[in-house]
Amino acid sequence: MFLRLVYESFRRQKRRKLLAGVAITMGVGVATAMIAVATDIGDRVSRELRALGANLVVTPQEDTLDLQIAGVDLKPASDGAYLNEADLPRIRGMFWHNNIVGFAPVLPVAVTIGGAKNVTLLGTYFSNQLKVGKESFETGVRSIYPWWRVTGAWPQDNSQDVLLGERLASSLERRAGDQIEVAGQQHRVAGVLSTGGVEDDQIVAPLGVAQNILGRPGAVRRLYVSALTKPEDAFGRRDPKTLAGAEFDRWYCSPYVQSIAYQLQEVIPHSHAEQIRQVAQNEGTVLSRIKGLMLLITLAALIAAALAVSAAMATAIFERRGEVGLMKALGASGFSVAAVFFAEALLLAVLGGSLGFAGGAMLARVIGRSIFDSQISIDMVLFPIILAIAVLVTFAGSAMAIRRAMKFDPVLALRGEA
Amino acid sequence: MTSGVSDLLTRRAHARRRSMFLQMLVRAAVLRRGRAAAALSAMVVAAAVTTAMLNLYVDVQAKLHTEFRNYGANVVAVAKEGKLLPGDALQTIESVMGGRGIAVPFAYVVARTADGQPVVVSGTDLDRVRKLNRWWSVSAWPSGAQDALAGVRAAALVAPQGQAFDLSFQGRTIHLTPAGTVRTGSSEDSRIFLSLKQFVDWTGVQPSTVEIAASGTPDEVNATLKTLASALPDADVRPVRQIMEGEARVLGKTRATLLVCAVLIILTAAMCVVSTLMGWVFDRRRDFAIMKALGASERLIGGFFVTEAAALGAVGAVFGFAIGVGIAAWIGRVNFHAPVAPRFAVLPEVLVGGIAVALISAVLPMSLLRRVQPATILRGE
Repeated sequence: MFLRLVYESFRRQKRRKLLAGVAITMGVGVATAMIAVATDIGDRVSRELRALGANLVVTPQEDTLDLQIAGVDLKPASDGAYLNEADLPRIRGMFWHNNIVGFAPVLPVAVTIGGAKNVTLLGTYFSNQLKVGKESFETGVRSIYPWWRVTGAWPQDNSQDVLLGERLASSLERRAGDQIEVAGQQHRVAGVLSTGGVEDDQIVAPLGVAQNILGRPGAVRRLYVSALTKPEDAFGRRDPKTLAGAEFDRWYCSPYVQSIAYQLQEVIPHSHAEQIRQVAQNEGTVLSRIKGLMLLITLAALIAAALAVSAAMATAIFERRGEVGLMKALGASGFSVAAVFFAEALLLAVLGGSLGFAGGAMLARVIGRSIFDSQISIDMVLFPIILAIAVLVTFAGSAMAIRRAMKFDPVLALRGEA
Repeated sequence: MTSGVSDLLTRRAHARRRSMFLQMLVRAAVLRRGRAAAALSAMVVAAAVTTAMLNLYVDVQAKLHTEFRNYGANVVAVAKEGKLLPGDALQTIESVMGGRGIAVPFAYVVARTADGQPVVVSGTDLDRVRKLNRWWSVSAWPSGAQDALAGVRAAALVAPQGQAFDLSFQGRTIHLTPAGTVRTGSSEDSRIFLSLKQFVDWTGVQPSTVEIAASGTPDEVNATLKTLASALPDADVRPVRQIMEGEARVLGKTRATLLVCAVLIILTAAMCVVSTLMGWVFDRRRDFAIMKALGASERLIGGFFVTEAAALGAVGAVFGFAIGVGIAAWIGRVNFHAPVAPRFAVLPEVLVGGIAVALISAVLPMSLLRRVQPATILRGE
């Protein structure tokens, strides 16, 4: 009898059930999509923030001071210590290697061009293929400095071609494809580089070219690393030397910029890794602002969705006072009347909730692809949670209406004086 | 005479009808307080959420621009090769910016330590640097006349025990006390900073670089850039693309996400209003039938329900707007530590939207009811 009541109610009142069902589906869909986007936005934005460039720099431990003014390196080439290029692929072996978006070694060398002018030639990787064991990966300035723009072509990392900084090129009146004499050797200008920074006055060349000019194969002055990090907190700022046991493990296994620096020092011998505070410190605030905003908005969305579902359920039930009156007149107890309505609500919530979850997951995917060019996938763990919330909200929305419908005098309801 | 009387009668009849109409509206709201309140509160919630989202969407750009100014300068003016910045360059820049931003002059030389090691020394306005580059981790800012701020690596070289040290430049020596150290992770770590006055007195070298943090939207910054370039012909004024492009990228994505969320939330809220209002109108099908049975024209009934819905929409939108502005201000305070200023430009949109949604949800059930005979409804079928 109970099942038949529920079944017939769905069969005969298709329009009303559809309306309530649509409300639940949409509400759950929006809630799911918002939760998915809000939980993922941190990762997405922190990837976007990598557009600001490297947030870590690795220098030799025993280095002398930098002597750089306005892009001109005055440090004598013989001075200071170097890192070894052969150590770089070891970065792929560190604990947080998946968080390393890219890295680029640099080797600045003072050179004369055309036998007269003194400029800095910066050796680096453009998009170099490195091999670790069987896997190979590409890294270089093209991935960590997305604002570097080249008119012409990027040089190959194994070639002798160079890039001329924008201002240097215009003062020398050279264009892409021209030849230029650097330190007594002819090089082809592959393109003109514009960065808006000191590189506009420099020559940028493959690392090998700089090493040849310096006469030190394998030498690297500094290594810039772009890593995805977690905003630092009080725990992240603690000195690893004061941590012990489990605390140290927790610190080591959190992607704080400090712990990644610590691990870089571990894999690259005789090195000192430091965060570039301009990039690393501000990243945290921007990230936390955006995350906080999304969290609050998700809250607003959840409230709006819950209200919409409750309103739809309340309306659907309130319209059926007459039925309640009839059931009560036929001797149904308050409990069994409520049971029928709650069973209906449960069915609607489960159906609408599942559909809504699927729709919301799709919506999140579309948002991820169209805005961030990457998938926002939703954790299936959320499914039971969201379904439970949908059932709860549907029940809450129904409960008030059912109570009011039950208080209604059956006589009035049956006389049609609702 | 007769025409006058009939004129008066029609006018009185009109007046009565009008007051009747109003009375019906008021009674409808008063008698079914619960249902009317439910419909109104749905409207208020929807309008509040919409207002808050629109306010945030408009304001988030300004808020995030402010956050991004913590990254420091987005414009740099450097003296062209072989030229000097004019002595009043800083004043020129400040008058162009008109207080919207901050400009910091830097002068550089390579000096020698007592044992002949070269070190880059920079003269600057330390108070302004402190405001511009908040990420500098400084142990103590210099205050005295002989105080210097040493980069951590420079400090290790010139004053490992924090003792006073001498620097010489072109035969002139200066005696300095390291008041504190600065750590940034980039070239500043190898430099020593002095106040500009002290620096000029010692070296005679004037600032060659001015770092500028111009606030505003990218268009405003570009306009500032152009004005600066024409005001300072001897300088290369260029944007710091690293900051500008990263900022534009993050901002664009955030705003796009926010827009999608706003649309979703507003749709959900509108749906809540539609389902509540439709229920409300359906619920009163007996009123509808009685009016019709008493001979009211469809136009009158339609007008009645439409006016009612419009009034509900308008009242709900106004209340909702007030609440929504409050929510936006709260979110601004909690998240950005600066209130989101209310945008009254949003009010007409919310008002029109609210009334439109209310009308749609009133008209839909009306058109369904119109097809039904009043007798059927009155019989309770």
